[in-house]
Amino acid sequence: MADDKTNAAAYWKANVRLITGCLIVWAFVSYGCAMLFRPLLSGIPIGGTDLGFWFAQQGSILTFIVLIFFYAWKMNRLDQKFGLGE
Amino acid sequence: MSQFAINLLFVGASFALYIGIAIWARAGSTKDFYVAGGGVHPITNGMATAADWMSAASFISMAGLISVGYVNSTFLMGWTGGYVILAMLLAPYLRKFGKFTVPDFIGDRFYSKTARVVAVICLIIASVTYVIGQMTGAGVAFSRFLEVPSSVGIWIAAGIVFLYAVFGGMKGITYTQVAQYIVLIIAYTIPAVFIALQLTGNPIPMFGMFSTHTESGVPLLAKLDEVVHALGFRDYTADVDNKLNMVLFTLSLMIGTAGLPHVIIRFFTVPKVADARWSAGWALVFIALLYLTAPAVASMARLNLLTTVYPEMAGQVQDYEEAAANPILYEERPDWIRTWEETGLITFTDHNNDGRIQMYNDANPAFEPLAAERGWEGNELTVNNDILVLANPEIANLPGWVIGLIAAGGIAAALSTAAGLLLAISSAISHDLIKNTINPGISEKGEMLAARISMGGAILLATYLGLNPPGFAAQVVALAFGLAAASLFPVLMMGIFSTRMNSKGAICGMLAGLISTLLYIFTYLGWFFIPGTNMLPNTEPNWLLGISPLSFGAIGAMINFAVAFAVSSVTEEPPQEIQDLVESVRYPKGAGLAVDH
Repeated sequence: MADDKTNAAAYWKANVRLITGCLIVWAFVSYGCAMLFRPLLSGIPIGGTDLGFWFAQQGSILTFIVLIFFYAWKMNRLDQKFGLGE
Repeated sequence: MSQFAINLLFVGASFALYIGIAIWARAGSTKDFYVAGGGVHPITNGMATAADWMSAASFISMAGLISVGYVNSTFLMGWTGGYVILAMLLAPYLRKFGKFTVPDFIGDRFYSKTARVVAVICLIIASVTYVIGQMTGAGVAFSRFLEVPSSVGIWIAAGIVFLYAVFGGMKGITYTQVAQYIVLIIAYTIPAVFIALQLTGNPIPMFGMFSTHTESGVPLLAKLDEVVHALGFRDYTADVDNKLNMVLFTLSLMIGTAGLPHVIIRFFTVPKVADARWSAGWALVFIALLYLTAPAVASMARLNLLTTVYPEMAGQVQDYEEAAANPILYEERPDWIRTWEETGLITFTDHNNDGRIQMYNDANPAFEPLAAERGWEGNELTVNNDILVLANPEIANLPGWVIGLIAAGGIAAALSTAAGLLLAISSAISHDLIKNTINPGISEKGEMLAARISMGGAILLATYLGLNPPGFAAQVVALAFGLAAASLFPVLMMGIFSTRMNSKGAICGMLAGLISTLLYIFTYLGWFFIPGTNMLPNTEPNWLLGISPLSFGAIGAMINFAVAFAVSSVTEEPPQEIQDLVESVRYPKGAGLAVDH
């Protein structure tokens, strides 16, 4: 039982760490690149405008998709590794 | 065949499809009715979620909203970024919890009928306000394409939803939503591909948007910036000053999306926890197909509209001053402008009586002297935002069946979202109020009947409100997001991520988030949205730290978190079985941990 508990705790810790990493990227592309850091990226031209504008209209959405699939894939591996899958 | 007959054919065929699905997918048990039996494939659910999520507003109005320029990218990021939070912070654990509704989780996790009832109230306010817009949206779509009064359109829409939602419950709704997604995405994409081909030679709108405008040889967005600049509008790609408000608005939309019950319950329909994660990814893929096309439609349709009015601006322009001098004669306007003038969505007034159409930003004082010098006496062409999507097929000279498709697509978008919202409302009433609060002894058959009657009642209420929309109908969608963000999302998240959070903390947090957000909104938009009762004018200088009432949901959520943790830390910790429950939702495998199913 104690082993189960430490195992479960380790799984949850790994999950929270993974979520934190993913949400840092999530915030970086949307609030960062597309908004707050847009002036810093203004020197990088893309299709008649700047990189920040691209992140605001396309880049962040594409990153969101990649993030969710990455998370789902990684969590499946964690489920198996800790023997906590269904 | 007349355009009316074509539209009737397309809309009629789509209805026949939905009714066929309704007959095929009848609900046999409450599990069928609430969660479609729990056996929906993750990709199927992703598609249904996309239709559930994308409303009449996403389909018809969003491109117009985005065509204002960079500042409204917030809608694109806000309405997609929420799925990242949903996939990681809520969906898999709520699926593991394995019950039927959102208040179910809140009531059990916080071992409190009060918490359950507060959650039901938040859910009903958020969902009812949202459904009004869907019913009016369906009415508008009917009246524009099928030449029936919008009230008749609302009754027809209610009748169709009644057929598959009352008999099929979530099961009927799921499979009709899949069909509705397919109809709406085809309808949205085809005109977009043609306008992209016309303007840039690139058939994929999202790439065309960042490539070269064929006629002028200049990058499309640079061309658009030049043209709008010459007419006194804000540059399309111009940065904004109030970044704080932009960030908070986007955050409100994101956590509001993640907290909206009709979206969350879709993830209860998949077989496994892992499926809930994949399904969120698929949902976003299907949503992104439209959300990546929308900004392309926005920029291209806006450029196309302006160069229609000022033909000399379309090519290589040496001097925009000269190009601006020769807008088209009103008599020579293209047919699609004539068509849409009849609907009142485009109106023309010849202020300076020169027989030409001047379209520019007459609300820009800095542009005033230049306009006066050109002999312009005000903007003469007023174009409703919805035109960017509705008139696209005609602008691109597409055949009549594409217009029929747009009609079917707009109605599909409205029906699919309305049905999802109605299910969230009716299951909160039959399951949370009747079964779990008022009459716990009710039989399976009795609950099923209660669910069907609640659904019928919810449809009647939505129809009534759609026919008699309260004056505040336009503000309510913002209210729905603000409430979901400030009340439901934080409590759901804390219920999963904090074993220490107790019922008192959760209830105080929900109420604090709810009330602070309502107060801030009412201060600027009027008490209960009654015009004239607002205490401060709704303009940027009056907003607290420049935060608009629409962006306050994110602050409300922070207040909710802060109050909940403060109250929880000075009151007793939750009972052991609740702490075990929290542990159990965290792990896909439930072995050894008791879950009361």
